[in-house]
Parts: sequence; structure tokens; C-alpha cells
Amino acid sequence: MSVAAVRTVTLTVNGTERTARTEVRTLLSDFLRNALGLTGTHVGCEEGICGSCTVLLEGVPVRACLMLAVQAEGARVETVEGLAQNGELTGLQSAMRDEHGLQCGFCTPGILMSLTAAEREGLSEEETTGQVLAGHRCRCTGYAGIRAAVARRRKESEATP
Amino acid sequence: MGQGPGQAGPADTRERCRPVKPPVFEYMAPRTVEETVRVLGAAETAGGAVPLAGGQSLMPLLNRRRVRPSLLVDLNRVADLDTLIVGERTVRIGALTRLRTLEAHGPLRTALPVLHDTVRLVAHPQVRSRATLGGSLCHADPAAELPTLALALGARLRLASAGGARTETADEFFAAGGTSRLPGELLTEVEFPVPEGFRFHFEEIPRHAHGGFPLVGVCVGVRRDAAGTVTHARIAAAGAADHPLRLTEAERALTGRQLGAPDGVARDVLDAATAQASPPSDLHGSGAFRTALLRTALRRAVTTLNGQETA
Ligand SMILES: Cc1cc2nc3c(=O)[nH]c(=O)nc-3n(C[C@H](O)[C@H](O)[C@H](O)COP(=O)(O)OP(=O)(O)OC[C@H]3O[C@@H](n4cnc5c(N)ncnc54)[C@H](O)[C@@H]3O)c2cc1C
Ligand code: FES
Ligand code: FES
Repeated sequence: MSVAAVRTVTLTVNGTERTARTEVRTLLSDFLRNALGLTGTHVGCEEGICGSCTVLLEGVPVRACLMLAVQAEGARVETVEGLAQNGELTGLQSAMRDEHGLQCGFCTPGILMSLTAAEREGLSEEETTGQVLAGHRCRCTGYAGIRAAVARRRKESEATP
Repeated sequence: MGQGPGQAGPADTRERCRPVKPPVFEYMAPRTVEETVRVLGAAETAGGAVPLAGGQSLMPLLNRRRVRPSLLVDLNRVADLDTLIVGERTVRIGALTRLRTLEAHGPLRTALPVLHDTVRLVAHPQVRSRATLGGSLCHADPAAELPTLALALGARLRLASAGGARTETADEFFAAGGTSRLPGELLTEVEFPVPEGFRFHFEEIPRHAHGGFPLVGVCVGVRRDAAGTVTHARIAAAGAADHPLRLTEAERALTGRQLGAPDGVARDVLDAATAQASPPSDLHGSGAFRTALLRTALRRAVTTLNGQETA
């Protein structure tokens, strides 16, 4: 049995620099949840399929279950905990609530991160509900509420540019 | 997420439940190609150094402990592995170039529109943000789009090792299951010829609406003369065998024909394709079903190309 290699990892999570020691084989998803206590990032399949672990790495959606924590050394990571500010939901989060875009909520953190990035990048509604949502499995909603939330958000941001 | 047997249980719960799933390995992140091939060469002869690119195929395998490398060599901090040069006659793409970058690259889209369109068929944006061209080619899944595209376009692959460098054609690289990459070798660059006068189209039959490996896919390229007769054809298929498959017989059958023959795509072109194919059976469909889908995909691809003007 070989000895587990350990490293110190420093990264910026939701604007705050965080440091922890971890085995090199620790997944970024597990590092966020267990070393940093940020359990908003959910873990489902650990195969890249379900999308519940999706976080933003340098602003871009990635599967946290398919990266090692050591690979995020020096990087900027955003998780669902970084969205609401002082208890105030983002427009997307409100739209998801108002349109019943979630039931059990297991898939929701990952979906919110992908949709947040899509909004920042200015992706079209078609691209967002097609390509982007296809990267997430939701076993509850049938996606209707999530699509409605995307549409509502779009209307709102058109009204107040 | 339970604690492994024999582990001492510290008081802090966060410390106690350590749900690290990949097996134990050493990790290093070299900065140069020279250092990478030196490490790969030294460790691979000792058994078990594996390069880590986007991780979108390797990490699931590690999470399930289907591979147990002694050393993971992370390519993500190696300099100069993600260059992208769009030239007049060739496009050269560094192995570590992410699919997201390929998708967004304007000049590349102009030079090789089929590459842009095919990349968008691969997985989802959240996977394409990490997945690399080199990783997809080295993983060489028989149903993957990019190895098939590399075959159809006649790509050339640059491999580096501690002993030097060599170039393989896609035909050589994907000749059998897996690839012809030798232990200790690093794929550094892929060169795509810009096919003058050709039109290419990638058609796939997906398992579901967006993303994920297709049931079958086919990439067809044709060059036609002024009368619309095919003078050159390039055809390769995904999901049609236990490796990405160049359909040379179908290429021959298509050459010398008009794409828009009154009876659609000539039956013998489809027959030539299916004669060369030996698709696997699995829970998503039988080999016979996939063979039928291959004919459909090929017919659709040729019909699409017929609708486009000759280049
Ligand atoms: C949810 C999901 C859906 C997917 N859907 C599709 C799909 O529809 N179509 C498709 O084609 N693929 C799909 N994939 C696979 C994805 O495209 C992979 O990322 C790709 O096959 C491997 O690229 P990578 O950069 O992630 O390589 P890695 O996973 O890092 O590596 C793959 C293999 O190649 C080796 N390797 C990587 N780079 C090099 C190099 N430069 N030199 C030598 N060896 C190297 C590694 O050692 C490893 O054995 C999907 C993946 C996921 C998670
Ligand atoms: S847990 Fe990462 S994609 Fe499912
Ligand atoms: S809300 Fe339950 S899985 Fe999406």
C-alpha cells in the first residue's frame, strides 16, 4: 500500500482565499464539501453526467467531480454559496423559485451555476435551454419550470437592461 | 461515503469521513514538454504513469478505480501545448486545446467549418470547457466524434517521447482498437489539412437530444467537378466497429457519381459502408440496429452535401 501524497491547496472561492491540506487524489467537489464545508455543491454520479457538482472555474462551468483539488491551485472558483448576497437572491435564483424550477433541489446548485455563466456570457435562450441545460439531469421537474425561469429572466433583463 | 477500514478516526467529522474515491497515486504537474516526456518515459517503463488532460474520460475511470496509475502527470500546466495556428493549407492544433476554445474560434470555423460543427456535437458545454482535442483522440472511444473526424480529414498526429518525435497519420493511429501511441509518448499536436475544394458534413444519430456519445456517426467529405460528379470522397464512421472506422469501400463507391441521383444515394454506396462495418451490440441497440442507423446517417450526410453548392 503506497502512502497517500498530500499537498496544500490555496484557491479563491467566492472571492475569499481558502487554504487546506488534502490528498492529491481528492476531487474538487469533495474538497469544497469536506475541507471547506461548502456543501452547496452536490455530488451525484461522479462520472460527469448528472451535472449537480457543476461549479465555475475562472468563470466557466466545469464538473467539480472530474477535477482534482490540486488542479485548482491558484484558481478562482465560484459555487452556489457565492450567488445570493446578504440573503438576497440573484435574479436567476428568484426566477427559479417563482417558476417552480426546482422540487427536491438536488440538481439546482449545478444548474444555477451553468445558467449564471450562460447569462454572463450572453448566450441565447435557445443555446441556454438546449446545449446548456442538456448538461444537467433533473429527475423532478421535467425541465418545464427551469425553462420558464430562463424565459422569465430573459424578459426581466430585457425590461431593465 | 463511509470511512475506509483501518483508518484512525479523528474527532472532527469533516476529517473523519474522507470520501476520496480515486485510488492512491502520486501527482505532478510539469511545465514543459521536455520535462513531461522525461517523466512519462521514466515512470511508464516502471509501470503506471498516465497523462491527465481534460480529465473528462480519465477522471470517471479513476473515480471508479478502473485505472490505477502510480503517477498522474497533469498536462494542464505544460506551456505551448494549446497553440492554434490556422494556416492556408493546414490547421495545427496543440493537443491540450480545449473543445470550448475550438468551438469559439472564428478563423478556425472559417477554415474548417466541419470541425466547429462536430465539436458542438461532443458532450455538453460543461464538459467541453475541460475536454481537450488530444485527450479525445488518445482516448479513442469507437463512438467518439473527433477520432472519426480526424480519420475523414486525414489528420496527422505529432507524438513526442524522451527519444524524439514522430508523426502518425490518423489511419495509422486508429488502425485497431485503442491507438498506436506507445508507452511514454505524448501527443503534442494535431495537423488537419484544409481540404481544398471539399465539402464535409458530420451526421450523427444521438442516443438522446443533446450531448453524449452517439449511437452512430458518419463524416463524409466530397470534392466534385463542375458537372457535380464526385472526384474524391472521404468517409469515416463512429460507433460502426470496435475502433473509429474509415469506410474506404464506400469512398470508392461514391467516387464518380452524382450525389443527387434520382434514386437518392445509390444502394451500393450504403452496401459498401455496411459491408465494412461491424458495430457492437449493447443495451442501447443491437449491431443490426446500428447497421441500419449507419445507412440512415450516411444517406442523410450525402443528402445534406447534395443540398450544398460545390465548393
Ligand atoms: C458527460 C460526458 C459526456 C461525454 N460525451 C462525449 C461525446 O458525446 N462524444 C465524445 O467524443 N466524447 C464525449 N465525452 C468524452 C470527452 O470528450 C472526453 O473529454 C475526451 O474523450 C477525453 O479528453 P480529455 O481531454 O478529457 O482527456 P483525459 O480524460 O484527460 O484523457 C483521456 C485519455 O487520453 C490520455 N491522454 C490525454 N491527453 C494526452 C496526450 N496529449 N498525450 C497522450 N495521452 C493523452 C490520458 O492518459 C487518458 O488515457 C463525454 C464525457 C463526459 C464526462
Ligand atoms: S457528480 Fe459531477 S457530474 Fe454528477
Ligand atoms: S429538482 Fe429534484 S432533481 Fe431537479
